[in-house]
Amino acid sequence: MSGHSTYVPKSALARWFESRLPLVGFMYDSFVAYPTPRNLNYWWTFGAILSLMLVVQLITGIVLAMHYTPHVDLAFNSVEHIMRDVNWGWLLRYMHANGASMFFVAVYIHMLRGLYYGSYKAPREILWILGVVIFLLMMATAFMGYVLPWGQMSFWGATVITNLFSAIPYVGDAITTWLWGGYSVDNPTLNRFFSLHYLLPFMIAAVVVLHVWALHVVGQNNPAGVEVKNLARDTVAFTPYATMKDAFAMSAFLLFFCWFIFYVPNYLGHADNYILANPSTTPAHIVPEWYFLPFYAILRAIPSKLGGVIAMFGSIAVLAFLPWLDTSRVRSATYRPVFKVFFWAFTLCCVGLGYLGAMPAEGGYITAAQILTAFYFVFFLVILPLLGLFETPRPLPASIADDVLAKHGAH
Amino acid sequence: MATELVEPSRRDFLFIATGAVAAVGAASAVWPFVSQMNPDAATIAAGAPVELDLGAIAAGQSVKVKWRGKIIFVNHRTPKEIEEARAVPLNQLPDPATDESRAKKPEWLVVIGVCTHLGCIPLDHQGDYGGWFCPCHGSHYDTAGRIRKGPAPRNLDLPPYSFVSDTRLLIG
Repeated sequence: MSGHSTYVPKSALARWFESRLPLVGFMYDSFVAYPTPRNLNYWWTFGAILSLMLVVQLITGIVLAMHYTPHVDLAFNSVEHIMRDVNWGWLLRYMHANGASMFFVAVYIHMLRGLYYGSYKAPREILWILGVVIFLLMMATAFMGYVLPWGQMSFWGATVITNLFSAIPYVGDAITTWLWGGYSVDNPTLNRFFSLHYLLPFMIAAVVVLHVWALHVVGQNNPAGVEVKNLARDTVAFTPYATMKDAFAMSAFLLFFCWFIFYVPNYLGHADNYILANPSTTPAHIVPEWYFLPFYAILRAIPSKLGGVIAMFGSIAVLAFLPWLDTSRVRSATYRPVFKVFFWAFTLCCVGLGYLGAMPAEGGYITAAQILTAFYFVFFLVILPLLGLFETPRPLPASIADDVLAKHGAH
Repeated sequence: MATELVEPSRRDFLFIATGAVAAVGAASAVWPFVSQMNPDAATIAAGAPVELDLGAIAAGQSVKVKWRGKIIFVNHRTPKEIEEARAVPLNQLPDPATDESRAKKPEWLVVIGVCTHLGCIPLDHQGDYGGWFCPCHGSHYDTAGRIRKGPAPRNLDLPPYSFVSDTRLLIG
């Protein structure tokens, strides 16, 4: 979106450096002069909030790794050692554990914002797919992190999730043994999960760089869903406008985060995970962390092992095809009256699946989960392709500036 | 003309041969990194057979033994349980198997205590068929460890075992 750099080095040293490595100019163009649509609302601050959460998780995780021991005989006690003996250990662990939940709160809002405003449509398909890749990496990282405390939920969560791969015909059992490094979840599994849990966040950071790069090539979408036509009329500079707004939103989000850390640090966890892993007894009621519940409900809704696994992975994979499944040329739900209704129905469907994922897999809960699973896929595979053909959108504003001025009057 | 044809074909050959050697070399270099994930020598060695005294197990009792990191159920079945298992027509079973093929001695059922769905440990003498019930995703097994209802695709697997004497069982 931006053309040649508008950065002007102020000193001789800066000029000397800039002509050898134009790093300062690159940062200036990306985070100071970068033009952002002037109609962005607060739903657009979650990208910054997510970047903040990634940094929080990296810093707390790196210091927790200095005190944690990845061995089946020592892991559980080393977590208690962090909680009781390590200076500020309780705070660092609660930040990291609740930080994972906050990360998913923010990413789900970020994804729903993209869905509502059609942020995945051309030319932002690659940007969206990179986001799906980040989401997958986040899920893998969160899953492996949850195994590390080696409590009952850690152990049985690891057992159930790794067994998903045993559903693959012919090679499933060999793959599962390879993942475990043994014949069940055991010390080799814990060791490699720790190694990968440390690695994956850095891969997330690398894909985030690509995500932001792609964003800066195509420019941000906006609530009106019309492209920037006139830089002077339709945009404002990233700094101070977006910087300050993002800083305010991050501060508000941190307050929400702090409420969990300081008042209900274990609310999002499971009491069973404070019991040491016991390979001979499965807890009566095992459930994953809240952010996996909708997918878990889909897994259990299908009365076949392979079918359930395919449906669960399919529910995530379908997101990558969203840019081509939605056939409407209008981006923003603001101008799509029928899509808007289905968007909220879909959001409720996901919340409903989350609720059902936490309930026991029996009777009416299974039937309800099957209905919602069907709607989840119908939304992507039937409703979105057809809606673009049959829906009559409301007239779009001529430009971002016209949209803003129509709402707030020309001053 | 002839020399012009020979020159590029020699280059092509070298190009393809070099590429092939590089590809084989890269694949060979990757192999140790993939293979190190598989069970190591110590893990394999720890899978030695275990022996169990059957004398102390009363009829109707179920015992758990650990072998290769997995739980093995040893059930001393009552005549009623054996009869129930044998009375079921095979066409009612999702994974058909006769009770005779599941137990070497009718009163002793030895199965791997890992649900064939997603690996939880089922609870014994529970569920709709009096065998096992898996609390994770609701699979019901009968008194021969055969899947009857729920998402599990197979009957409970059978470990290799033999009877050393009338009262001693060797698993593995």
